[in-house]
Amino acid sequence: MIRYLIPLAAFLVLAVFLGLGLKLDPREVPSPLIDKPAPAFTAALLSQPEKRVTRDDLLGKTWILNVWASWCAPCRDEHPLWVDYARRSPVPIYGLNYKDKVPAAQTWLKQLGDPYAASLSDPDGRIGIDYGVYGVPETFIIDAKGVVRFKHVGPITPEVLRDKIEPLLKRLQG
Amino acid sequence: MIPEIGHLVLYFALALAVVQSVVPLVGAHKNSTEWMVLARPLANWQGVFVALALACLTASFVRNDFSVLYVASNSNSELPMFYRVAAVWGGHEGSMLLWVMMISVWTMAVGRYSQRLPLPFLARILAVMGMISVGFLLFMLLTSNPFDRLLPAAADGRDLNPLLQDPGMIIHPPMLYMGYVGFSVAFAFAVAALLGGNLDAAWARWTRPWTTAAWVFLTFGIGLGSWWAYNELGWGGWWFWDPVENASFMPWLVGTALIHSLAVSEKRGGFKAWTVLLALMAFSLSLLGAFLVRSGVLSSVHAFAVDPSRGMFILVFLVIVIGSSLTLFAWRAPKIGLGQRFGVFSRESLLLVNNMMLAVATAAVLLGTLYPLFLDALGMGKISVGPPYFDAVFALLMAPLVVVMGIGPLTRWKNDNPGALFKRLRSALVVSLLAALAMGAWAGKITLATTGGLWMAFWIVASLTVDLKGRLLPAGGQANQMLNRAKQITLATWGMMAAHLGVAVFSFGVAMVMTFDVERDVKMGVGDSTEISGFTFKMTELKEVQGPNYVAMQGRFEITEQGKPVATVFPQKRIYRVQSNPMTESGVHSNALRDLYVSMGEQLPTGEWIVRVQHKPFIVWIWGGCLMMMAGGVLAMSDRRYRVKQGARATTGSGTEATA
Repeated sequence: MIRYLIPLAAFLVLAVFLGLGLKLDPREVPSPLIDKPAPAFTAALLSQPEKRVTRDDLLGKTWILNVWASWCAPCRDEHPLWVDYARRSPVPIYGLNYKDKVPAAQTWLKQLGDPYAASLSDPDGRIGIDYGVYGVPETFIIDAKGVVRFKHVGPITPEVLRDKIEPLLKRLQG
Repeated sequence: MIPEIGHLVLYFALALAVVQSVVPLVGAHKNSTEWMVLARPLANWQGVFVALALACLTASFVRNDFSVLYVASNSNSELPMFYRVAAVWGGHEGSMLLWVMMISVWTMAVGRYSQRLPLPFLARILAVMGMISVGFLLFMLLTSNPFDRLLPAAADGRDLNPLLQDPGMIIHPPMLYMGYVGFSVAFAFAVAALLGGNLDAAWARWTRPWTTAAWVFLTFGIGLGSWWAYNELGWGGWWFWDPVENASFMPWLVGTALIHSLAVSEKRGGFKAWTVLLALMAFSLSLLGAFLVRSGVLSSVHAFAVDPSRGMFILVFLVIVIGSSLTLFAWRAPKIGLGQRFGVFSRESLLLVNNMMLAVATAAVLLGTLYPLFLDALGMGKISVGPPYFDAVFALLMAPLVVVMGIGPLTRWKNDNPGALFKRLRSALVVSLLAALAMGAWAGKITLATTGGLWMAFWIVASLTVDLKGRLLPAGGQANQMLNRAKQITLATWGMMAAHLGVAVFSFGVAMVMTFDVERDVKMGVGDSTEISGFTFKMTELKEVQGPNYVAMQGRFEITEQGKPVATVFPQKRIYRVQSNPMTESGVHSNALRDLYVSMGEQLPTGEWIVRVQHKPFIVWIWGGCLMMMAGGVLAMSDRRYRVKQGARATTGSGTEATA
């Protein structure tokens, strides 16, 4: 009798989903900023505090925003990837130096290499709030019209760079 | 040496469990008494070894042996002794050991108290329990060994999660696990009966007290968890529809359905296929809960350390246990008889409504819990399903359940006359509606949700009163016979009444809290005061206090009502030294009518604190209701007919006995 098989069938479907679930990360939260204009900001440059950069200065080209801090251990893990990437890609990477001390941040860049076209200072984390930063490092891709196209929370890996960031940048550039 | 002994005896237990799951089963098949009688001693020895392992782990905690990884991760030399013992089940590995211990306790109890069962039936039951034991012991030994060494040893431990350093939290997990694992007994009875082809009224009778016992533990565990969350998490909520809460609630709902459908199977021989399915599902959902908590597929406040290999192991175990039992069900269930016929309006039909509503409610919780996972797996985005969904769906499903809860106990088995019953319950209906409206008017707010919730509570009480009056003083009965009649009411019936009254008390508490609670977040410094619901809360002192392993800022709040002192509470914000995460200890003053709740949030740069003050009318009724449901369960399972020797007698039962 078929109807006595229904519980088994329902359970097997459930089990498939549970198996798929093991591969997913429920803590990965999409940003509400995706496909929305990047929040405006005015920030001092880390290297030249008297110089200011605004969001609108960066319109007209696709760019990467990488939130980092010298106190952030995972940032250290992903940093070599950015240094390497900056060498082989024309897309500018802007750092957002988040809740950090200027001397510590500058020493960090000196020691580990500076992949950034420029680093913007966000000492009190105000820009971070607008961008919904809740874990450092975080990475955003913002297109020529100033629209957020991608966000990654946590350190990037070679896989994320290869499978997500690079294809997206190719599309945005092409 | 001690951890190695603990590790070794777990292997002994595993070996015995393997033998226990094979030999008695083969014995039952071959009808070999020598093989079947081995089941009990095997189960007892397995229990001894698991208890020894648990003792070894406890000893490691007591001796602060930080060369054991699990001890180093979950304890600290400053941790008070009381919590050091409780830390044994404070993490994943140790809680698995506790889980296995409880399987053994239940298995030994079944062996001890079910000696009247036919030997092949008992042998099969113990064999199935043995298989479950094998699964969990393997899981522990392969992926989650609590005795793993940490060499070189840590200088000190990382401390027990501060959330768990609370007396309520110490007994919450064991009670919950007793409930989860307790359903394995009903599961084993069902599988054994499917294997042996003896699904009859006697099977239902034997299953009932075990199911009720497991349900009582689960009710206690869930209630305790809710009470703990209310006191410790600092925002005054008592249920959050968190995936892990849902994981404990689903077996509870199915267990409740099972208790009711077992009544029909025992009394009328009906619903048997359905009852078996519920028995399989109650334990399956317990296992699913273990998977959800320990695999990390859903995000929850109750996160255990996540390890994909553990998730995979439990999933495979789930597929084996649930898949094989449901296959057995599909194979054997078509041969189960239908039982006696019943009318459209009868106790059976009302219990059918009960079962349908509880099953749909379980499905709704399951759907809401796993929906984010389904969507994510299908690549359709990430969402979370929150309290608005659950609250709405639940209220809608509970209403018809409560309606039949009032009618069912007064209805006769087989067939009853709806008109006559309506006459008996008419006054209860009117009184309960008026009482609900009056209560709302008195409290100053009449809304559909409040009136509905209050009506449910009053309806249950009113119909119970009609029921009790009918039993004590039937039409034409004499008042001086009431005591004798009361003595004739079985414990099972008293249990049913107590549990239903518990639902009424619970509903009343929920309706009052959800409608009339008042909360306010205010900025307060010493000397400031705020007022809600006629109570004035004044912060009179703020000082630092030292605990054994934490420091706390403690506020002193004097609460007055129209100038008269009511209570003084001392909420704290604790920082535990080792893990350095802040913990809120709220200051609560409770009585039967209301709770006054003060919790300290964040300190502002100005030195003032964000303080949350709340007035929660009748909130203790929520847990009071849970306790009454539990008490009902205890009464029902103490009924003497489970203790006296009864064979397959009374398959038809008497129509007047009410034990649904």
